[in-house]
Amino acid sequence: MIRQRIVGDLSHLPDHAFGPRSLMWWGILGFMLIEGAGFLLAGGAYFFLVGHVQPWPPSQTPPALTWGAAFTILILLSEIPNAWTNIQAHRYRDGPTRVGLILMSLIGAVLLAIRFLEFQALNTRWDADPYGSIVWALMILHTAHVITDLGDTLYITVVSFIWPFDGGEYAGVADNCVYWRFVILTWLPIAGLVYLGPRLL
Amino acid sequence: MSTPLEDEVLREQLERVWAHPTGWRGVLMAVDHKVIARRYIATAFVFFFLAGALALLMRLQLSRPESGLIGPDRYNQLFSMHGTTMMFLFAVPVMEAVAVYLVPLMCGARNICFPRLNAYGYWVYLFGGIMIWVAFALNIGPETGWFSYVPLAGPEFSPGKRTDFWAQMVTFTEVAALAVAVQLVAQILKQRAPGMTLSRMPLFLWAMLVTAFMVIFAMPAVMVATTFLISDRLVGTQFYNPAEGGDPLLWQHLFWFFGHPEVYIIFIPALGMVSQIVATFSRRTILAYPAMVLALLANGLLAFGLWVHHMFATGLPRLGNSFYTSASMMIAIPSGLQIFAWIATIWDGKPRFRTPLLFVIGFIVIFVLGGLTGVMLASVPLDLQVHDTYFVVAHFHYVLIGGAVFPLFGAVYYWFPKITGRMLDERAGAWNFWTFFIGFNVTFFPMHMLGILGMPRRIYTYKAGLGWDGWNLVASLGSALIAISMLIFVVNILVSARRGKIAGGNPWEASSLEWATASPPPVYNFLRTPVVTGREPLWEGDDLPVMSGLGDTRRETLCVTIVEAEPDVRQKSAPPTIWPLLAALATTALFIGSIFHEWAVVWGAIPVAITLCGWFWPGRPTRRAVKAETSLEERAA
Repeated sequence: MIRQRIVGDLSHLPDHAFGPRSLMWWGILGFMLIEGAGFLLAGGAYFFLVGHVQPWPPSQTPPALTWGAAFTILILLSEIPNAWTNIQAHRYRDGPTRVGLILMSLIGAVLLAIRFLEFQALNTRWDADPYGSIVWALMILHTAHVITDLGDTLYITVVSFIWPFDGGEYAGVADNCVYWRFVILTWLPIAGLVYLGPRLL
Repeated sequence: MSTPLEDEVLREQLERVWAHPTGWRGVLMAVDHKVIARRYIATAFVFFFLAGALALLMRLQLSRPESGLIGPDRYNQLFSMHGTTMMFLFAVPVMEAVAVYLVPLMCGARNICFPRLNAYGYWVYLFGGIMIWVAFALNIGPETGWFSYVPLAGPEFSPGKRTDFWAQMVTFTEVAALAVAVQLVAQILKQRAPGMTLSRMPLFLWAMLVTAFMVIFAMPAVMVATTFLISDRLVGTQFYNPAEGGDPLLWQHLFWFFGHPEVYIIFIPALGMVSQIVATFSRRTILAYPAMVLALLANGLLAFGLWVHHMFATGLPRLGNSFYTSASMMIAIPSGLQIFAWIATIWDGKPRFRTPLLFVIGFIVIFVLGGLTGVMLASVPLDLQVHDTYFVVAHFHYVLIGGAVFPLFGAVYYWFPKITGRMLDERAGAWNFWTFFIGFNVTFFPMHMLGILGMPRRIYTYKAGLGWDGWNLVASLGSALIAISMLIFVVNILVSARRGKIAGGNPWEASSLEWATASPPPVYNFLRTPVVTGREPLWEGDDLPVMSGLGDTRRETLCVTIVEAEPDVRQKSAPPTIWPLLAALATTALFIGSIFHEWAVVWGAIPVAITLCGWFWPGRPTRRAVKAETSLEERAA
C-alpha cells in the first residue's frame, strides 16, 4: 500500500450547509433539470401539433379563464410565504419555520382544489383531438409537481412537530422552498400555452 | 505521518461505522456503491448475453435463404428484444454501473453521494428488465423494433399489450438511468478529493460528467414520447393519430431527440475508459488534456444537434437536410481529435500491450471504420439509397460494439483486479480479444455488402438467388466465433475470480485514486481522505498526501467547492435500509398496473408515497423524548 502523509484536518468543517454548498441542493437541481426538460419537450410537442391542427382549438372554445387566473395569482403570491419560510430556515428559527411549513401546506392544498376546478373548465377532453391531449398532458404534468411538493411539505411539517430539527433539516426546508419556486416558475409558460395559446395561435 | 497503531484503531472504527448487514439483510438493504455497482454490472452482462443469444438465433435463421426455423411474428419479437435489451438494459446501464463503482473511488470519497437513491435505481432497473423478459417468455414481448415507430406501434397496428410492456420498460430503465445521472453530477461536482480541481479531473470523470448531463437532458424526451404512446393506446389520446390531426413524426422527433444522444451516452463513458487505459499502459499522461476535455464537451453538445439525420427519409425541407448533414459530419472532428491524441500518447509512451490495451486498439480500428460509414450516411443521397438496409445495421454495430463494447471489455480487464482483488488471465484475455475482433469483422463487415446489394433490415427470411446467400452465411459463421469469444470471457471471469493471481492495490502502476486503496477496496474506501496535487496523483511522489478528521463515529463524506475543490462541508451519508427496495417494488406495481389501467397511476402512488416516508424517516429521539431527557438532567443537576 502507498504510504500516507497527513497534510490537513477536516474535523473543523461544518456538518451541513445551505444552497449550492449542500449536496441535497444539487440533487434537487438535477431533478429540476430533468423535469424542466420534460416541460420543455411537452411545450415543443404543443407547438408541433399546432402546425397540424387548425383551428386551434378545433372546438373553437378555449379554456375558461376564471380558475386559471385564480391559480396563477395565488401561486405567484405563494412566493411571499415561501421566501419567508426560506429565511426562517436559514436563521434556524424553529417556531417560525414550522409556521411557514403549515402555511405552505395550506396554500398547496388550496391550489390543488383550484386545479381541480381548472380541469372542469378546460372545455376539452384528453381524447377529443391532439389539442385536448396536449392541454391535458401539460396540466397533468404541472399538477403532478404541485402534488409532489405538497406531499413533501406535508411530510416535513409533520416530522417537524414530532422530531426536533437539526441543521441538515433546516437546509432541507430551504431546498423545499427552492423546489416550490421551480413549481411556480414552470407554471407561467404552461399557463401561457394552456390559456393564451388557444386565444392567440 | 501516522503510526501503524493509529491506522489500526482508525480502521477498526471505520469498519464499525460503515459495516453493512450480512446474509439476506445485506442483500436487500445494501447501499454501498461498490456492492450496488457489482450487481448492476453483473445484471447488465446477463442481459448482454441474453440479447446476444437472440442475435445468434437471428443469424441462424438468416444463415440460409428461406429458412423455416423462425416465423415472422417470433422474428419481430427477436429483433425488438435484441435491440431493446442491448440499448436499454445493457449499454446505458453497464456504463453507468461502471461509473457507480469507479467515480466515488476516483473522487477519493467514502460512498456515492445519494446511496439510497443508488440502491433504488438498481432495483427499478432490475425489475424493469425482469418484467420485459417475462413478457417476452409469455409471448407478449415487444414486436415493433427498439424504436417502436407509430403508427406501427399504435393501437391500430399493434393490438394487445406487447407495445405497452415495451413502453413501460423504457420508463423503468429511464428512471434508473436518471437516478444515477443525478448522483454522478452531484458526486463529480461536489465530492471530489481536496485539490482535484476541474483541470486535474481524470478524463473518465469528465466523460461521466458530460454523460450524466446528457442523460438528464435526453432521457425526458423518451419518457414523454412513451407516455404519449401509452396514453394513445390506453385512454385514447390523439398525439400520434393522423386521422384526428396527430402526427407520427412527433414520435420520431421525440424518440430521436433522445435516441441520438443515447448513442453518445453509451460512447462517451467508453472514451473516458479508453483515456484511463491508454495513460496507464503507455506510462505517460494523455496528450493534449485540455483539448480532450473540450472534445468530450463538443461531443456532448453536438450529439443534441443530430437527431434529424435518423429522419432523412421522412421528407424534410432541404435546408433541414443540409443543417443536419453538416452537424453529423462535424461530430467527426472531436471524435477524430481524441483518436489522434490516444495514438500520439501510445506512440510517445512506453506501451505495454496487455489485454486492456489490445481492446483499446481493437476499438480504434473498428470505431474508425464505423465513423467512416457514419460520415457516408450523413450524406442525404447516400442515406436515402441505403436507408433501412443492412448497411445501416453494419454501421451502427461498428460504432456501438467498436465504440462501446470493445472499450468496455478493456475496462473489465483493467478494473477487474480492483473489484475482485485478482487478475484476469492474460492468455485467455488475448484469445478473448482476437476471437472477438476477428469474429466481429467477419460478422458485420459483410453486412455492408448486403446493404449495398439491397437487403432490407428486419426481414425474417429472403429468397435464394438474390446474391445475399454467401454474405449471410459468412456473417452467421462470424457470429459463432463471437459466441466462442464470449464463452472464453465468461470462463476467464469465473475462473480468475476464484483462482486468479492476487492483484494488490495497484497492479498496473496506474495513476488515479482508485488504485490508492486496497483491492477490493474496504467498505469505507479510504482510511483517510486523499489529497490531489496534480493530474496523475499516484505518479506525483512516493507517498500520498491525505487529510484526517472525516467522521469516524458516523457515516460522513466530504463536500468540496466546485472549481478549486477546497474542503467545505462534512456531509452525512445514509446507512443501509430496506426502504429503497420497498419503494422500487411499489414503483414496479405502479408501472405494471398502469399498463392495464390508467387509475393505477393514482392508486399506485399511495404505496410509493408510504415507502418514501419510510425512506426519509428520522431515526432519532422525538421532541418529547428530548424534552423528557432534558428535564431529567435538569432535575438531576
